[in-house]
Amino acid sequence: MKAAVIVFPGSNCDRDMARAFAQAGLEVEMVWHKDTALPAGVDIVGVPGGFSFGDYLRCGAIAANAPICAEVKAHADRGGYVLGVCNGFQVLTETGLLPGALLRNAGLKYICRTIGLRTEAADSVYTQGYGAGTEIALPIAHHDGNYFADDATLDALEGEGRVAFRYTDNPNGSARDIAGIVSANKRVLGMMPHPERASEAAHGNEDGARLFAHLTSALATA
Amino acid sequence: MQEPAITEDLIAAHGIKPDEYAEILRILNREPTFTELGIFSAMWNEHCSYKSSKIHLKKLPTTGPQVICGPGENAGVVDIGDGQAVVFKMESHNHPSYIEPYQGAATGVGGILRDVFTMGARPIAAMNSLSFGEKDHRKTRQLVHGVVEGVGGYGNAFGVPTVGGEVRFHPAYNGNCLVNAFAAGLADADKIFYSAASGVGRPVVYLGAKTGRDGVGGATMASAEFDESIEEKRPTVQVGDPFTEKRLMEACMELMRTGAVISIQDMGAAGLTCSAVEMGDKGGLGIRLDLEKVPQREANMTAYEMMLSESQERMLMVLDPAKEAEAKAVFDKWDLDFAIVGETIAEDRFLIMHNGTCMADMPLSRLSSSAPEYDRPHVPTPAAEPLADVPQIDPIDGLKGLICSPNYASKAWVYEQYDSQVMADTVRIPGFGAGVIRVDGTEKKLAFTSDVTPRYVRANPVEGGKQAVAEAYRNLTAVGAKPLATTDNLNFGNPEKPEIMGQFVGALDGIGQACTALDMPIVSGNVSLYNETDGQGILPTPTIGAVGLIAADEEPILDYARDGHVALLVGRTGNHLGQSALLYEVFNREDGDAPHVDLDEERRNGEFIRANRAWIKCCTDLADGGLALAAFEMAEASGVGVHLDTDNTAELFGEDQGRYLIACNFDQAEALMGAAGQAGVTIHTVGKFGGDTVRFGASEAPLTELSGLYRGTFGEIFG
Repeated sequence: MKAAVIVFPGSNCDRDMARAFAQAGLEVEMVWHKDTALPAGVDIVGVPGGFSFGDYLRCGAIAANAPICAEVKAHADRGGYVLGVCNGFQVLTETGLLPGALLRNAGLKYICRTIGLRTEAADSVYTQGYGAGTEIALPIAHHDGNYFADDATLDALEGEGRVAFRYTDNPNGSARDIAGIVSANKRVLGMMPHPERASEAAHGNEDGARLFAHLTSALATA
Repeated sequence: MQEPAITEDLIAAHGIKPDEYAEILRILNREPTFTELGIFSAMWNEHCSYKSSKIHLKKLPTTGPQVICGPGENAGVVDIGDGQAVVFKMESHNHPSYIEPYQGAATGVGGILRDVFTMGARPIAAMNSLSFGEKDHRKTRQLVHGVVEGVGGYGNAFGVPTVGGEVRFHPAYNGNCLVNAFAAGLADADKIFYSAASGVGRPVVYLGAKTGRDGVGGATMASAEFDESIEEKRPTVQVGDPFTEKRLMEACMELMRTGAVISIQDMGAAGLTCSAVEMGDKGGLGIRLDLEKVPQREANMTAYEMMLSESQERMLMVLDPAKEAEAKAVFDKWDLDFAIVGETIAEDRFLIMHNGTCMADMPLSRLSSSAPEYDRPHVPTPAAEPLADVPQIDPIDGLKGLICSPNYASKAWVYEQYDSQVMADTVRIPGFGAGVIRVDGTEKKLAFTSDVTPRYVRANPVEGGKQAVAEAYRNLTAVGAKPLATTDNLNFGNPEKPEIMGQFVGALDGIGQACTALDMPIVSGNVSLYNETDGQGILPTPTIGAVGLIAADEEPILDYARDGHVALLVGRTGNHLGQSALLYEVFNREDGDAPHVDLDEERRNGEFIRANRAWIKCCTDLADGGLALAAFEMAEASGVGVHLDTDNTAELFGEDQGRYLIACNFDQAEALMGAAGQAGVTIHTVGKFGGDTVRFGASEAPLTELSGLYRGTFGEIFG
């Protein structure tokens, strides 16, 4: 089983995500944003956190137009798995793989803090390990994590069981407390919290490890 | 382009004193050109030359078996075993931050990160020590917001975890805030890169961002006092671009692996001038630069502007010519400039050519190693008046007085704006004692702390200097780390005043004594003088940044207090209220002497904590606010109440040194008592953890109420 982690200039959680994949038993390859093909045999593409291209424009907007993103989209269209965390979630909304947008936090400040989440959409490979309605804690670290979509889109997301995580105490103004959503086929997940920062005993919190562990076992049996 | 004529006004505007100008005439044997005058002013100002501080800095302890490289390079290098080294330094960006808080603070962070990765170390931790004026002063709110957002804006985007720091408020900083930024990086001990050029005729290469007109004259500005005209100095502040810095760091890491780098130096204060002179001077070589080859952001830049620009995210290196193509490919990959702008030359000469015209031609070594050096007159600070009577106070009222002040309230409002966990190696985030990170790929951990109590230093510079180091030692010890080494960021007023110079000399004496006794040599540092506005100096603020190591086979002390735990005090019973937080925050007084530091006791107590870590669940040092604040902070962080037996004001709020508060279960307490007896360490039970109230003697309040005050205060004042 193989994971590819995309590296944009300005990505800064790329190594962290690669380590979390590797610890869960995946072979990991780093992929440069100017590349025009994903490595052969990739099961899941990780789009990491950071400040791609500085995020001086709308977060993720330039990254979404990097050559590799066409390949990430093609991978998703073929039914491949994609995990976008933080800036990666922003990039996935900018590519159109996930609906909605991430606006500036309602409090206008960057927030780095461990927050409570409730898992939903328990039928995705990312959330199955938690079960629906489970409360977990994960760190967030972002300036633009305020999820926005129009009511019709939000209704559709909820109706189709595509809300993966909700905040138990909304830190950033996100619509309907949404912290993460999946694609219609539930194989593309975008989330603002950082599971890779809560994936080992040394982090003092291993709630994120379950996401990677279950993903790996699901890929193994797929 | 015709350069302006050299006049007395022009010389004075460059901050060059008449006797210094006379020296320039002697060195050149002629009148300097305008560009040369600018270069002299850039190199000879206080910020770059350390001319007032050098003779005193030489007295500091800087060596030890753990030290790989002490002061004089971009950062200090310390051995952490297994062929690895931690590279760190702290540096001020005070003046720019007061003029333009966001960019001033941001570029302060950028500058210190560059110092670290220039040496081949990937930055792994950052801290910052911030001092602001009183909370109600008209400038303070804007400065707090700007500085905190600037620190976060740069560090978060660059991707370094901010794991610690300090924030203080005092009217002495009303006209002159302090922003001291610390960074540490990790490198292989045998792959450290230095700045000394070597080899004649080797290409001098410019790397990174383009040169603009920003920051021209910044180092000279930072070496002057402020007055009402500071708004005019805004253009001397640089503008930061963390995205470019991140790419520059990654490119440098790749470049260093190619073997192309002979020597490398970042462009910080005084930009191209200072970096080129440093490389030449340390290597005993001259440098020739052809300025038309410098990548430029703006049209028609003059030689003067290019030599003095402080545009950020730039580096200068001496290249192995055989590896030019390989080196250039790395910078092309990261879309950064790579330009050969000159060469090393055999003669002692700094030769600046621009479109074939010689703009400056001066003996290079005279700019740096033989720059002016002063032994300025200094008078010792007079002994403090004895402390007047301090009335007994209801202890919970006293505690509330502290935690409702922005000085001792929770700083979550600040540190939650900093990414403390990027790189996924953070073991302890800011908020309670030293920050701890794991050394990537190992079980080793590094602890970081930044400390100083400026009130103490003003009252008694020698004891205050000792105390800053001792508190850092205790903070590292409290998480189970062995203190390794120190960086000092010495912020003082105008050194031309003998009483200010006396504070400086005294504090350095104390710092030196403590670093020697506690085996924490100074490996890097920075001096910031002229922190005055309209003749009003800041509190003397020698910030101590320190790093400790927790070996792979050692347990850190990171747990929390639990219901039923015993509260043990290591060290003497509190008595010293002079210059205490209680006195300042509750009684609005700043009298008495600073607490004295017994360095033997510090060492004995610290070694006791580290040796007996197996019995200790949770530990914190006692500092400002004494036993009362330490017990409250431990209870608050642990989410459990605490009851202390005493209600005596001095016992609760005294700031005697060398002390720790421990939480552990009863059996562990017995074991600790026994071990303390053998080690000659004073220890006794002062209370217990449990319940949901904080009770000192008979005075009591619910933990949730106090916690609400503690966590709410900062946001209420500045939010």
